[in-house]
Amino acid sequence: MRRLLASLATLLLLTLGGCGYNTLQTEDEQIKSSWSEVLNQYQRRADLVPNLVNTVKGFATQEKEVLTRVTEARSRVGTIQATPELIDDPEAFAKFQAAQRELSSALSRLLVVSENYPQLKSDANFRDLQAQLEGTENRIAVARNRYIKAVQAYNVTVRSFPSNLTAMTFGFKVKPNFTVENEAELSRAPKVDFGTPPAQPQGAGR
Amino acid sequence: MRATAAVRALLLAFALGWPLIGGAQTPAPPLSARVTDRTATLTNEQKTALERTLQAFEARKGSQIAVLLVPTTGREPIEQYALRVAEQWKLGRANVDDGALLVVAKDDRTLRIEVGYGLEGALTDAASKRIISEIIVPRFEQGDFYGGIAAGIDRMIRVIDGEPLPQPRRKPAGTAEFEEYGAVLFVFALVVGGMLRAVLGRLPGAIAAGGAMALLAWWFAGALFIALVAGVLAFLFTLLGGGLGRYGGWHGGGGRRGGFGGGDVGGGGGSFGGGGASGRW
Repeated sequence: MRRLLASLATLLLLTLGGCGYNTLQTEDEQIKSSWSEVLNQYQRRADLVPNLVNTVKGFATQEKEVLTRVTEARSRVGTIQATPELIDDPEAFAKFQAAQRELSSALSRLLVVSENYPQLKSDANFRDLQAQLEGTENRIAVARNRYIKAVQAYNVTVRSFPSNLTAMTFGFKVKPNFTVENEAELSRAPKVDFGTPPAQPQGAGR
Repeated sequence: MRATAAVRALLLAFALGWPLIGGAQTPAPPLSARVTDRTATLTNEQKTALERTLQAFEARKGSQIAVLLVPTTGREPIEQYALRVAEQWKLGRANVDDGALLVVAKDDRTLRIEVGYGLEGALTDAASKRIISEIIVPRFEQGDFYGGIAAGIDRMIRVIDGEPLPQPRRKPAGTAEFEEYGAVLFVFALVVGGMLRAVLGRLPGAIAAGGAMALLAWWFAGALFIALVAGVLAFLFTLLGGGLGRYGGWHGGGGRRGGFGGGDVGGGGGSFGGGGASGRW
């Protein structure tokens, strides 16, 4: 009798794979690792900021406002505890996103302003930093993309039958995903301003 | 009758709509050579010369570099396109991830060096950017595409040479396969052994599991010694093991093997994460 029970239990265990429990585990783990990569790349960008600010400061002292904005955005990003648990808290997740978005826009403003300083633009240190920043932004985009895909796959499993029953039993919840970064900018009408001369891209070699 | 017409209309709509949906992305060309030129810019001799350089480098260092020239990347930015191609080609060895890809979109006048994870330390974003803006772009501006690509690759090779990477190695055929099957057989032995023990009892179950395992291993690996070892292991596991308890921790894997023998081209299974730099001319 005990043998029969044991073999039945074995069979049950083997068929358990069909209810999606293992899929949920795998996808949950996948989300965690892709989220770590996102955090990793954001951290990499934050680490670049002090160096970049210092370099720009040396050439463009009058751009105090832009530089201050970058520094402030950087410190705001730093105050948010970027832990792996962030993905389970939609509110904290939104706050984290907003802070990173703020830093993104401050940094792009800084790069636009730096176009006005030919000396800064030809500085080797600045050029390397700029290349690193560009590369990091690209890595962030890639990492976010992979995270979005991982969450998508997981959410589909959590919501579809029969794995949704398993998800309910074991407390797997739908996870928040990234939203479009520039939602506000997309809905705003483009502003044309003839008042100030546009930044001259000097020596771009075109 | 009406139903078939409806189905046909649906199929037609699908067939018409599909290219539109797929059209947003230019399909990445298959990896057929180290230098893929879709723009007819390079002569055959130039292509062969580049290929020879890259092949020699791979044989010496193990890293894979490939070059792709396309007319345009479509509506995608070159960063996205290059990553897509790199992910599809899987340049570089598995787990070493030492692949790099130089993409030139001739009509877009953009180019990008996409760097695999393992090379990000040597071929940093800044180094890639310098190769692009100081070595390749000046030559491209004068219309010297071969010169730009050749000089760029030379510099990439020199930069990667400064990075300590595992030696390229050639595995005798057969062992790789056994390693891949080994993990599967191991789990199989645990599960089947547990079941046999439950049904037949400890000793008879262990003997049956050992015998079955030896036969299986012999069949897969073809070597009597390996079969014997596998059989004895399965026997011991079943005899002494706690049943299925160990099953939960196993995590399967075993991607494609790295490296390729002879002159044929294939990605080794390296992965990319968006490292590198882009430029325009």
